[in-house]
Amino acid sequence: MEEQADIQQIKPPTNAKGPVGWLRENLFNTWYNALLTCVALLFLYFTFKGILTWAFTEAEWNVIPANLQLFAIGPYPRDQVFRIWICLYILTGLLGLSAGIWRGIVQRWTIVVGSIFLVFLVIPFEIVPRQDSNYVSIEFRFNLIWLIFESRRWLLGNIAILIVTFFLGNRISRLRPWILGGWILSFPIIMFVLHGFGENAVHTSLWGGLMLTLILAVVGIAVSFPLGVFLALCRQSKLPAIKWVSIFYIETVRGVPLITILFMGNTLITIFIPYFTIDQVLKMMVAITLFSAAYMAENVRGGLQSIPRGQHEAAQAVGLNYVQSMLFVVLPQALRAVIPAIVGQFIALFKDTSLVSIIGLIDLLGVAKSILAEWLGRHVEVYLFIALIYFIFCFAMSKVSQEIEAELGVGKR
Amino acid sequence: MRKLGFRLLVLVLAFLMVSPLLADNHGDSILDKVKKRGRLICGVNKELPGFGYLGQDGEWKGFDVDFGRAIAAAVLGDSSKVEFRSLKAADRFPALQTGEIDVLIRNTTWTLTRDTANGADFCPPNFYDGQGFMLRKGLEITSLKDLDGATIGVTAGSTTELNLADKMRTLGIKVESIVFEETETLYQSYDQGRCDAVTSDKSQLIARKQSLKNPDEHIILDVTISKEPLAPVTVHGDNKWNDVVSWVVYATFFAEEHGITKAKVKNLKSDNPEIQRFLGETGNIGEQLGLPADWARNAIGAVGHYGEIFERNLTPLGLPRGVNKPWTEGGLLYAMPFR
Repeated sequence: MEEQADIQQIKPPTNAKGPVGWLRENLFNTWYNALLTCVALLFLYFTFKGILTWAFTEAEWNVIPANLQLFAIGPYPRDQVFRIWICLYILTGLLGLSAGIWRGIVQRWTIVVGSIFLVFLVIPFEIVPRQDSNYVSIEFRFNLIWLIFESRRWLLGNIAILIVTFFLGNRISRLRPWILGGWILSFPIIMFVLHGFGENAVHTSLWGGLMLTLILAVVGIAVSFPLGVFLALCRQSKLPAIKWVSIFYIETVRGVPLITILFMGNTLITIFIPYFTIDQVLKMMVAITLFSAAYMAENVRGGLQSIPRGQHEAAQAVGLNYVQSMLFVVLPQALRAVIPAIVGQFIALFKDTSLVSIIGLIDLLGVAKSILAEWLGRHVEVYLFIALIYFIFCFAMSKVSQEIEAELGVGKR
Repeated sequence: MRKLGFRLLVLVLAFLMVSPLLADNHGDSILDKVKKRGRLICGVNKELPGFGYLGQDGEWKGFDVDFGRAIAAAVLGDSSKVEFRSLKAADRFPALQTGEIDVLIRNTTWTLTRDTANGADFCPPNFYDGQGFMLRKGLEITSLKDLDGATIGVTAGSTTELNLADKMRTLGIKVESIVFEETETLYQSYDQGRCDAVTSDKSQLIARKQSLKNPDEHIILDVTISKEPLAPVTVHGDNKWNDVVSWVVYATFFAEEHGITKAKVKNLKSDNPEIQRFLGETGNIGEQLGLPADWARNAIGAVGHYGEIFERNLTPLGLPRGVNKPWTEGGLLYAMPFR
């Protein structure tokens, strides 16, 4: 012990350790690396200088807050907006219950969603668009009793529902099977609530903005996944008719660009079937789903082929029939192996929904283009904003998939 | 049993195959369909400044949109009973032919091919446009001949590109055209100096000029190289419905000629027999069109006369009336007699 006290504590030379050392070792270790570093720094400096100067001096960001509602719901009638809130309540309720029961990932992401609600709730500003003849500007009005704004009251209800259902789910775990059914059922219910009936029905041509983008993406994802699994199983079938029909379908769809399928869905169907006018949003849902299912089928096939024959044989040996062995033995392993590919397909599908704006639907991109007709010359601001929205959703999906992989131990076994 | 099922299947399939031939669309005019539905479906552009776009409150706005509202008011007595479908240039005619929309009011140029081959019937044009050129002031170009050797920006896939090529060939001069996919990028590139001039419909040039960095540095040449009569369109062969749309357009012309404004029309009493017929006080022009007697009163009461529609939507963009004036003032708007 005493000897140790004698040892002098000498700090390492500053140019060998710490940030300076790291710089010397990695960025300036040879003369050409030093040169490259300098060039890269100069490049970064000028790029960021340009971008930042533009963002803080030239850009006119007021186009974004003034049109937030338009970005969110497009031309949806403003006196019917309560329906959208009801749908959100249904989803929040289900999310809260699921978080209470399953914990883990679901709970973490529920907390994320809840805190996003909370952030929006406590921002004590109101955006007041002012429109004089041909000059649009906005005012941020500070208001301490911000609950007077209608959307804040709805949002408060949302948070309340989230908390209540969370504790409900935590206590009553026998709700489990009901909640799975609830998620499946929630979809037709939401469609019904959004559309309504009778005098106040909101035709789908009035659906728009982020809402429409999300609806298209969720339908596409939720339906194309089981359809893709089904197609993949068909492709491996021993019955030639089923096998070849499935191969024909998958290869045809994969050989055609999505935009072609959307165009065909939009115009050809109406020419073939003269009696009915099929809803345009429905046509796009079907087209996106059928397109995505073909890709999904190939992803799933990759997973199925990675499962050794022994698994099938073992399942048969314990007396499982085909359906049982697929459901309980093969598919769980196969799907787990291809989670990254499947989520990649989901993300691609989410972004592909923006193609419906070419058909004329007013999704997020369509709304952006319409806004640009009134706010001439503000396209960089608007496109950056919607790019950010797309990014947030895609990044969240990617993050969730990584967490699921970690939880299932993909790549560790 | 199995055989019976198969036969039934064949029968159903056969029926489905011939069913398009059995479809009987001759009896019902779109007018009757609109009345039965209680709602007009109107195809519009969703991203054309001044003509069709979504306002901040989610309501459709614009020059073409207002004509849709006027038709709804004339037929159904309520200008809110109209549903707008946003259409792209490529699928506007299929949408009309398949009956997805009742009327197309989407800055559509009236051409011979469209009138004959595309199965469309045109109504009187509600806006006369023409292709022009915008360029920087300092270039000392006053006529098209001076453009020799210049680079000119156009949008892809439009008649604009073809018109430009035609015109330059007849003038015997060479220009380099730069084709842009999006209107936004066309004007941005022009603003940054990537091309010497842009060519497009004059209405668009004037509207976009305002959004350039220094609008005063640019001029629009006083030449027009094409005729672009933009007109509402109905499906070919439905004369009854085409009459209705046409006369609603004429009604907006007529109202401006006689100074019948949105504010005045509700309680207007007139000694002029033609105005009396117009308002449905005497005569039966409404009945002849298959419309209620006060159709014109409702239409004008909803959106105002042509001048008011123009001032509300296009004047803020800086568009002058030009030839879109009543014939009495030297313009091209000429309502047929309401008799």
